[in-house]
Amino acid sequence: MMIKTIVSAALAALIALPVAGNAGSPQEDLKAFQEYFMDRFPDTPFMDFQNGVYSIDAASRAQWEDIEEFAPYELNISNGETLFNTPFANGKTYASCFKNGGIGIRQNYPYFDTKTGEVKTLELEINECRKANKEKPLKWKTGAIADISAYMAYTSRGKKLNIIIPDDPRALAAYNRGKRHFYAKRGQMNMACADCHFFYAGNKVRADLLSPGLGQLTHFPVYRSKWGSMGTAHRRYAGCNKQVRAKPFKAQSAEYRALEYFHTYMSNGLEANGPGARK
Amino acid sequence: MATIKIRAKAKDGITTVKSLVSHPMETGLRKNKKGEKIPAHHVTEVNAVYNGNTVMTANWGPAISKNPYLSFKFKGGSTGESVKISWVDNKGKSDSLEAIIK
Repeated sequence: MMIKTIVSAALAALIALPVAGNAGSPQEDLKAFQEYFMDRFPDTPFMDFQNGVYSIDAASRAQWEDIEEFAPYELNISNGETLFNTPFANGKTYASCFKNGGIGIRQNYPYFDTKTGEVKTLELEINECRKANKEKPLKWKTGAIADISAYMAYTSRGKKLNIIIPDDPRALAAYNRGKRHFYAKRGQMNMACADCHFFYAGNKVRADLLSPGLGQLTHFPVYRSKWGSMGTAHRRYAGCNKQVRAKPFKAQSAEYRALEYFHTYMSNGLEANGPGARK
Repeated sequence: MATIKIRAKAKDGITTVKSLVSHPMETGLRKNKKGEKIPAHHVTEVNAVYNGNTVMTANWGPAISKNPYLSFKFKGGSTGESVKISWVDNKGKSDSLEAIIK
């Protein structure tokens, strides 16, 4: 059918982004993505991008460094540590579900689980751990799960992000799904993640500075002053979708997990520095 | 449960104290999903004591945000000595913590 051909051609063209001009492999995409930001912000050393928007604006960086001296997320890390070490009713702890007892593993998430064919995020595995130990699941976006994730992220500070895309067509499909989400326009405002965080990174939307896509997920989960609480990446994704007046996806849906997979991969090589404090 | 975190540093005869207090700080004006007002629950007074003397008193009200961060300086104090911070809220609850000055 004519329409089907047009739609699939359009989709193929979409997947052929970013602007490096090829239907890139993840490795090629990564190189193009990171080089774009290095060119765009030549005064920012590569590793500094892990500080997000504060790597490209001196004034807000000074305020952020003041806050970091005694950051609001310290309460969440303490609470998360307590929750992480509190045994379940059956006596086991979260440590039993994770590699290395859950310490210093954040930089490997999300990963593609070849056994189940699913992208696994840290929050997903926290609740899977609870389920395996006959505990009720936690709410996905904030509260206990964010605190536990914050503690686990904290133990990975300084470790370089190492998201792996195995040579598996299902992994590649998930990566491409995430990539498509990042570059596709959506919502009443017809904007893509890439519009704010790739093409217009460094510009202002009213009083806020748009953060670069490079280094965006290194510091999650994040304490946002706007929320007055800790939140996960999927909480923020939903907020971003709502901001362009698009219907958000559910936290830990296949769509957001694919997005998180692509999105985190783009920051490979930067250090995990969660949890973060942001506006 | 410990609701206070303190960091105190002494330099050139002046001690800078920074603290993070874990408290919901409900104003009493917020409404829950049923439309009922959530009762006010906030810290009313914070005291800092050094060497038996009160070096700072803060009178707080509903305008202070949740999990407040407080920072102040006082003359005196040296490494190894201690400073104690305590709070009382409108429900009569309280907590305190003593910290060593670095």
